[in-house]
Amino acid sequence: MRNDRNFFLGLIISLSFMISLPFWVKSEFFFFAAYSVLQFVILASAWNILGGYAGYVNFGSAAFFAIGAYSTIVGYKLQFPQGFNIVFGTFVAAVVGLGMGYVTLRLRGVYFSIATLAMSVVLFTIVTNWPFVGGARGVYVIVPRESPIGIGQYIHWLYFLILGMATISVVISRFIENSSLGQGLMAIRDDESAAEGLGVPTLKLKLIATTISGALMGLAGTTFPYLITYVEPTATFNLSYAVNSIAMPIVGGLGSWLGPLVGALLLGSIQQAASVTLSSSWNLLIVGGVLVFFVTLAPNGLIGIFKKRPSK
Amino acid sequence: MNISFDLLINAIISGLLLGGFYAALSLGISISFGMLDIVNIAHPALVILGAYLTWWLNLTFGFDPILGGFLLAPFFFLLGIAIYRIYHDRFEKGGGGDSLRGLAFFFGILFIIEMILILLFGVDYRNVNTPYTDQSMPLGFLSIPYRLLIPFVISVTLLLVIRWALKKTYFGRAVSAVAQDPLALQLMGVNPIKIKGYAFGLSLFTAAIGGAMLIIIQSVQPSIGREYIGLVFAICVLGGMGNLTGTLLGAMILGIAESMTATFAGPSWAPAVSFGLLLLTLIFRPQGILGK
Repeated sequence: MRNDRNFFLGLIISLSFMISLPFWVKSEFFFFAAYSVLQFVILASAWNILGGYAGYVNFGSAAFFAIGAYSTIVGYKLQFPQGFNIVFGTFVAAVVGLGMGYVTLRLRGVYFSIATLAMSVVLFTIVTNWPFVGGARGVYVIVPRESPIGIGQYIHWLYFLILGMATISVVISRFIENSSLGQGLMAIRDDESAAEGLGVPTLKLKLIATTISGALMGLAGTTFPYLITYVEPTATFNLSYAVNSIAMPIVGGLGSWLGPLVGALLLGSIQQAASVTLSSSWNLLIVGGVLVFFVTLAPNGLIGIFKKRPSK
Repeated sequence: MNISFDLLINAIISGLLLGGFYAALSLGISISFGMLDIVNIAHPALVILGAYLTWWLNLTFGFDPILGGFLLAPFFFLLGIAIYRIYHDRFEKGGGGDSLRGLAFFFGILFIIEMILILLFGVDYRNVNTPYTDQSMPLGFLSIPYRLLIPFVISVTLLLVIRWALKKTYFGRAVSAVAQDPLALQLMGVNPIKIKGYAFGLSLFTAAIGGAMLIIIQSVQPSIGREYIGLVFAICVLGGMGNLTGTLLGAMILGIAESMTATFAGPSWAPAVSFGLLLLTLIFRPQGILGK
């Protein structure tokens, strides 16, 4: 278990560094950027649980993200505390993930992909036509200026929250990778019918994976309303969440917990830099280009380039 | 009472006309996804590309969109062959188990096309004015706009011609054969990769025509392609994979369902119809109406 020790040692060192940042970095923008990168760490890790390990492509990351965000809006409107909203949004996304998987996962993988895309549009239409959560016009969320723990401003509090969530996501995906669930999912990816024949409970494993993956994507969205304070459907269901959560694991390297982390940190930071200097269209063009480049020319991602043999 | 009856008839007629156009949009997916097993999720983006190029041809040379579409189609055919080469090289050669990367590949292409269009032309809506744009054909108490009628006629004709060609010609039979058993086809001395390349080219050929029809019907903006992704796959699945008669039928059903929803529940609910129908089909009859 030497590996475990190294992992947690690395985790503690990088976490201590990240936690120290609000105490000496002055720029407020930095924390908006860091928040956004960490948010992508969650989305990419969550996508990788189903996409990377089991080979099922989820195009609906934006929908799960939006479920988290809009659950928070519902909770906010009903004046529930933030902590409750985070748990509530994660739970709703998990249930939708389970339902989604139950409906489509018995079919071929591609139907699952198309259905996830379909789900995004259906949910988008429902939210647009639902005045309680703001409809097409959107809704404002009022946040305090001070951090509830007394250190720094509210953005620092959100930064700590998303840092915690990102850590949970990475730890969960690493845990899954080393567990029998991860082994089973990889068997499904390599040859589903062979896995089924050898007694792997494929449907059950896929359902567990979709549920966890959906829950984490929802989790990433729950604090989003507190960050932007004005939530409207077009920005929340933005397809850039979907393309990024696919591109990041592929760029980093599919099927290992490290891949999405590396991909998200790298692509996320590049986009933050690019959004300051270039437009958001350039941003997405870069992501799309990088995605096509990696799937065609470096299918095992950056990790595959640096490690000739896949790590065990 | 009388008014709502008129509304109903109008909704059905415009649904049928719209359905014909949807058939042209889904035709390419029925070929690539239904017959070749290539999940070209970028197909609607290519339709938008076709619409923009048609618009550009109209703006620069004054070509009618119909002429523009048929001029572009051969180039789209060649583009399709080129894309299929890359696709085959990278994702099919290894035994076809790489569908995940193939999907991600087309998803990336979708974004590249969309963003290039935004960077070149901005996010404004573009439209083409033709002599028939604002005219309509009176028919009893109805009046049928040429803006919908012409795309309907061209789309349905295109679908029927391709359906005939796939059934009767050597090339068409080879495409059906490659869908069923590529190895057997190879043993007969036909190169399945070449056939699949031509067929994929054909699917893009229809995307160019579809784009030209789209810009006759409505104004176009780079990201509206996304709305058609669910639609075309819904039609393809609803009609039964690779079954072009089913595609036509599915397109009509969706067109009518959408236009009824827009008339009686409000246009903002229309996008949910196709996707909702797709989800229902996947749950209850994944093989489609005419599927086996």
